[in-house]
Amino acid sequence: MGNHKKYWKSEIELSSDDKMIDDIKNKEFVDKLPSDLFLSDQKHLQNTNTNRRDFLKYLGFSTAAATLASCEGPVNRSIPYVVQPERIIPGIANYYATSIADGYDFANVLVKTREGRPIKIENNSKAEVKSSANARVQASVLSMYDSLRLKGPMHEGKETNWNELNKNIIDELESMKVNNSPVVLLTQTFASPSTSKIIKDFKRKYPNVKHIIYDAISESTALDAFEIAYGQRALPSYDFSYADVIVSVGADFLGDWQGGGHDLGYVKGRIPMKDKKNKAKMSKHFQLESNMTISGANADKRIMLTPTQQKIALAKIYGYISGYSVSTKLPENIDLSIKKVAESLIKAGEKGIIITGIDDVDAHLLTYAINDLLGSLSYKKDELSLIRKGNDKEVLKLIKDLNNGEVKGIIMCGVNPVYTLANSDDFISGIKKANFSVCFSMKNDETAGTSKWVAATPHYFESWGDNEMVSSNYSLTQPTIRPLFDTMQFQDCLLKWMDSDMNFYDFIKDNWETNILNNTGWNQALHDGVFKSKDKKQIKKLSYNYNVSANKLSSSESLGLELVLYSKTGLGDGQQANNPWLQEFPDPITRVSWDNYLTVSKSDAKELGLKNYNVSNGALDSNYANITAKGISLKVPVIIQPGQAKGSVGLAFGYGKTNAMKKEMQVGVNAYRLYHNFNSFQSVEIESSDDNHEFACVQLHNTLMGRGDIIKETNLEIFNTKDVEKWNSVTKVSLNHIETPVNSPDVDIWDEFDRSIGHHFNLSIDLNACTGCGACVIACHAENNVPVVGKTEVRRSRDMHWLRIDRYYSSKDSFEEDNNKKDAISGLSDSLSVFGEMEEPSTNPQVVFQPVMCQHCNHAPCETVCPVAATSHGRQGQNHMAYNRCVGTRYCANNCPYKVRRFNWFLYNNNDEFDFNMNDDLGKMVLNPDVVVRSRGVMEKCSFCIQSTQAVILKAKREGRTVNKGEFNDTCACSAACSTGAMKFGDINDKESEVSVLKESDRVYHLLESVGTKPNVFYHVKVRNTDET
Amino acid sequence: MASHYEAPIRKPLVTGNKSYHDVSVDISNAVEGKANKQWWIVFSISMTLFLWGVGCIIYTISTGIGVWGLNKTVGWAWDITNFVWWIGIGHAGTLISAVLLLFRQKWRFAINRSAEAMTIFSVIQAGLFPIIHMGRPWLGFYMLPIPNIYGSLWVNFNSPLLWDVFAISTYLSVSLVFWWTGLLPDFAMIRDRAVKPFQKKIYSLVSFGWSGRAKDWQRFEEVSLVLAGLATPLVLSVHTIVSFDFATSVIPGWHTTIFPPYFVAGAIFSGFAMVNTLLIVMRKVSNLENYITIQHIELMNIVIMITGSIVGTAYITELFIAWYSGVEYEQYAFLNRATGPYWWAYWSMMTCNVFSPQLMWFKKLRTSIVFSFIISIVVNIGMWFERFVIIVTSLHRDYLPSSWTMFTPTFVDIGIFLGTIGFFFALFLLYSRTFPVISQAEVKTILKTSGDNYKKLRDKNG
Repeated sequence: MGNHKKYWKSEIELSSDDKMIDDIKNKEFVDKLPSDLFLSDQKHLQNTNTNRRDFLKYLGFSTAAATLASCEGPVNRSIPYVVQPERIIPGIANYYATSIADGYDFANVLVKTREGRPIKIENNSKAEVKSSANARVQASVLSMYDSLRLKGPMHEGKETNWNELNKNIIDELESMKVNNSPVVLLTQTFASPSTSKIIKDFKRKYPNVKHIIYDAISESTALDAFEIAYGQRALPSYDFSYADVIVSVGADFLGDWQGGGHDLGYVKGRIPMKDKKNKAKMSKHFQLESNMTISGANADKRIMLTPTQQKIALAKIYGYISGYSVSTKLPENIDLSIKKVAESLIKAGEKGIIITGIDDVDAHLLTYAINDLLGSLSYKKDELSLIRKGNDKEVLKLIKDLNNGEVKGIIMCGVNPVYTLANSDDFISGIKKANFSVCFSMKNDETAGTSKWVAATPHYFESWGDNEMVSSNYSLTQPTIRPLFDTMQFQDCLLKWMDSDMNFYDFIKDNWETNILNNTGWNQALHDGVFKSKDKKQIKKLSYNYNVSANKLSSSESLGLELVLYSKTGLGDGQQANNPWLQEFPDPITRVSWDNYLTVSKSDAKELGLKNYNVSNGALDSNYANITAKGISLKVPVIIQPGQAKGSVGLAFGYGKTNAMKKEMQVGVNAYRLYHNFNSFQSVEIESSDDNHEFACVQLHNTLMGRGDIIKETNLEIFNTKDVEKWNSVTKVSLNHIETPVNSPDVDIWDEFDRSIGHHFNLSIDLNACTGCGACVIACHAENNVPVVGKTEVRRSRDMHWLRIDRYYSSKDSFEEDNNKKDAISGLSDSLSVFGEMEEPSTNPQVVFQPVMCQHCNHAPCETVCPVAATSHGRQGQNHMAYNRCVGTRYCANNCPYKVRRFNWFLYNNNDEFDFNMNDDLGKMVLNPDVVVRSRGVMEKCSFCIQSTQAVILKAKREGRTVNKGEFNDTCACSAACSTGAMKFGDINDKESEVSVLKESDRVYHLLESVGTKPNVFYHVKVRNTDET
Repeated sequence: MASHYEAPIRKPLVTGNKSYHDVSVDISNAVEGKANKQWWIVFSISMTLFLWGVGCIIYTISTGIGVWGLNKTVGWAWDITNFVWWIGIGHAGTLISAVLLLFRQKWRFAINRSAEAMTIFSVIQAGLFPIIHMGRPWLGFYMLPIPNIYGSLWVNFNSPLLWDVFAISTYLSVSLVFWWTGLLPDFAMIRDRAVKPFQKKIYSLVSFGWSGRAKDWQRFEEVSLVLAGLATPLVLSVHTIVSFDFATSVIPGWHTTIFPPYFVAGAIFSGFAMVNTLLIVMRKVSNLENYITIQHIELMNIVIMITGSIVGTAYITELFIAWYSGVEYEQYAFLNRATGPYWWAYWSMMTCNVFSPQLMWFKKLRTSIVFSFIISIVVNIGMWFERFVIIVTSLHRDYLPSSWTMFTPTFVDIGIFLGTIGFFFALFLLYSRTFPVISQAEVKTILKTSGDNYKKLRDKNG
């Protein structure tokens, strides 16, 4: 058929006698122009002339043409869809429900994709458990676009292909099976029912295979204790919303303790809502700990204890509650406080809860016992948390077996033991003795570097999976993008190796349909991402003599200085250490980015000769501590930490990684080297060294200087019994000798606009609900294409975060005392000395977190000073920033009382000096196409996510409806990410909206109200439950 | 000869027995002669600094403002400090030429030319900073109210920075016209004396065809008076507007109603000091001791002493008001200035600006050339610190303690500042070799009243 096709050159071809057609047909080459004819005629040529006017015309034309040609901008080709994929509409985001389960972080999330690219993570509100994405989960979207990811499988450092790899491994497995020589599957904790089933099948096919689960940061003791107490190796769940008294002994439960996610329930009990009798209730939180943690920072009473004292204190609390006498002595004042803690618990009864983070089976046994004695409602031992299953003893035995030659083959997935084991040298020598080793990894990391075969795995955005994070609560992981590289999932490989013709997707579907879904639809489950089955587990208490544990615990003795290893909010266990957002994320407590460090109490620092000091541009420096535990030494920089228990020091995991890391990201020291026996408490020796270390700390001043109107706070008793005036008074100014509140229109020098028509956006921030977790900071980073500037620039106080969480320490024991101290200043010399003292934080300070972003002032100081009107006010209350118009005078930033404006000091994209995600094509895929990437010399700041609010308005308009309730809350990246509900965004002209209701609360105040800026962000007075009764 | 009468108690303003011809010769000497070695040395140093500054500016514009020491809290530091400093220095020229003209202070004739030259050269330096401190200086024209295709897109007339644009451009143009008008008869004098055709051509061009007719002189006097009337408000307005950059803001330490008079006094203070610095050297090098006499230096020292006292009063008033206001942020801002991490800058400022000029109460000191020279430099150091203190110490610790930080300059900050100093001196050195540095025509008008030989004659003959 094709041969008969006729190609027409022109319609003229239809008439057969056209000369031009003949010419084209018959002549291969075109006739030359007859230039010789007139060029050779010199005489005629000389007679022709271009007159002056013609010359000028030509000149004008050619100049204009040349100018126009040179004005053409660079061409970026975008290729339109030839066939538009179903459900992808350019400009419209798609959301997919999925879940992350990387062995450390487990959460049910929504993934936002634009034109097929995942660009952001949001909370899955359909999930009943683990529905909040923390800072690391928020940032995991960038790890997908990590330019150092493995692009395909490798064999001994060289690229190979999957057929080769699979064939070889199957051969190895078969030969091992014949010899019956043991093979070990060393994996992360999978909370995945289907994966468990595959592994079970795999073991059936290869009976010589043993499965060992390894958690880099172990919860093994808690699991062991639960097994002793209840006969099952799992963890109980906790719901702190039921608690009136919360006692945590060394457990950072608002951080990463037992997988995190406890903040939701906690915060429910922390917001003082007045009931009909005008009484508010909130829980009382005692924190007994060594390091200053987020949980300690939120506590009503924080008692500083060394690790050994924690153990004794826990035994004593058990003693007070059970009536068993524990005789070990603690210093008298501590003893008294602990007695009070125990009394509070007893008084609270079933509304009390105690938890611990001590890596000691006995400690966990005691908390289980106390909670059972109290009959605690918060203690959900029937709802098992399945996200930590690691078994330390088996891991240690494996290392021995590898070295003995008893284990000949090892398959690893989701673990990086070479980096995370204290005795990683033993592991390396062991793995070298094995016949074969396979490492499933996204990166060519430390462990991948030592194993023979490296199987490149996909990111969870490219994978299938399922999870049962809490018993009976199932969730699915689904791919949101076709795999970027030549990768294969661990589960798919196992299926292949056992000669199954199923892929993992079919396997999950099959497994769910037969075992889990119970005849409800698979598609619905996939759509929701979560499924809750009605099965209830029954846990029976076994008999055990807890007094023995109390005795063992109370006889702990301290051997000098004790180190407490912990994980930081930013990097966690260090899996995502090559993620620049997380590296630049300031630690909520120390506000240091790009580093880990030894936290030391002030008095210990003095004794040991450890110092912090500021250099001339304000940047923070320290000297180093040489810290030795069980013969292993590390050289670590130092942060003098207010609230660090004397006799203890702290150090965070997750840093010091070197393999598959960009150079800028190779910061900190590897604390796993000191994690002997998976015990986070280690006794150490410390010597100071004179070498200088440079920190990148975003907050250089730690105290509030008695400025009580920046963070207003009160305690529950005053809140309940006194007038608003007493605890939330508005500053007054004298107007014609009459005291007038600063927010009165009479003292306003401006004429107020009518803001009652249309939308008027406000953001509410509840200081009682904010735990300081920082998920909002990363969410804002992702949504608004905020650049990463690197350690040296952060050190120069040039971080670009649009949203920061200020952290203040009190200088006296509480902020109230600070305020009183400042108010009592009399005379000049007094003020000199007092302000000097107030710059120093207390040894055990009160802590407060305050998220600060652009306050979108209705009377914005920045707007009046911009000479080019690049920043001006929006009709809906936002303070706009027109980047195109900005010439970069920085006057607005100077005149901002909140210092929230951020200047592009350099070009942060396509610049090798800033080799982060905006410098490579892969990393740039994470950019939000709705938000412009700012150029050098431009000011930027929070926009109230105007791209999303306008999208919502437009959508409602197109659908011919008003904006739904709560629809605006999810438009701001920060309020959408805030799982505790500390941030609520919405329209105050809609009287039904949540913000409108919140704005009516008597706890509302505006930041720096006396400046008269009339912000559209408002805060709620922090109420502490500090009364002694 | 009644018009030539001057009270015998007044000291002569021209010494050394000068005739009209002597005046012409003395003043055209520098223009007609050859530059000596010292001139070339100083000129080369200035040019080197200037080129270094140009390099730093190119580096800044090509790389980003990040090469300076600024940060998220301190958005202005050396850039605006230098800007205000140079603008302030410029003020003496206008004051001497315009205000003293209106007050008929005849001693101004010997110094107004150079003072005005200094004004123009320092305003050029000052004008550089608002342009290069921008993140995107190539879009600087956005600051001008130019009709555009974007509909209602206009400059923000509320912004003090915009007022600055108008204030400084007006100031520069009025000063330039005033200066050039005064130069016309003097250029004509050089033109008439010139022997080389090239020189003659140039000076006849720049003298705009001055013929010396009575009508020329009449117009000259009238224009001078009108321009003086125009320039006088500028003496007050320009620095008032510059002070608005700070005074209209909400930052404690900036938001101060005393700023306009305080800035104007400070400007005159630093300007006179700079005039002293330049003239003390020039009178020596160009042999003009008979025209710029001790008497002149002393009078300028008295102005320095008075304005220095005004500035000192302003400093103390600020402290008092901070205490009296009862506003804690205000109180802390001033406490922090004096005792915080930048205490050394504050006390350098206090020593240089408040204490050192008080020494001028002693006649012996204020008539000492060496001492006057030292104080003139000290005052300008102090005035630079004043602007640094106002800008940096207010910003580095403002409302929220979480944002508090410090500022340190980089080599680029320093380089650009040195560059402007080099540029300024290079211009002044070129000026001193090509322009009549003393307004000879005006000096000649007072020769018979205030020349010492004529005074002596009057003494003898009555």
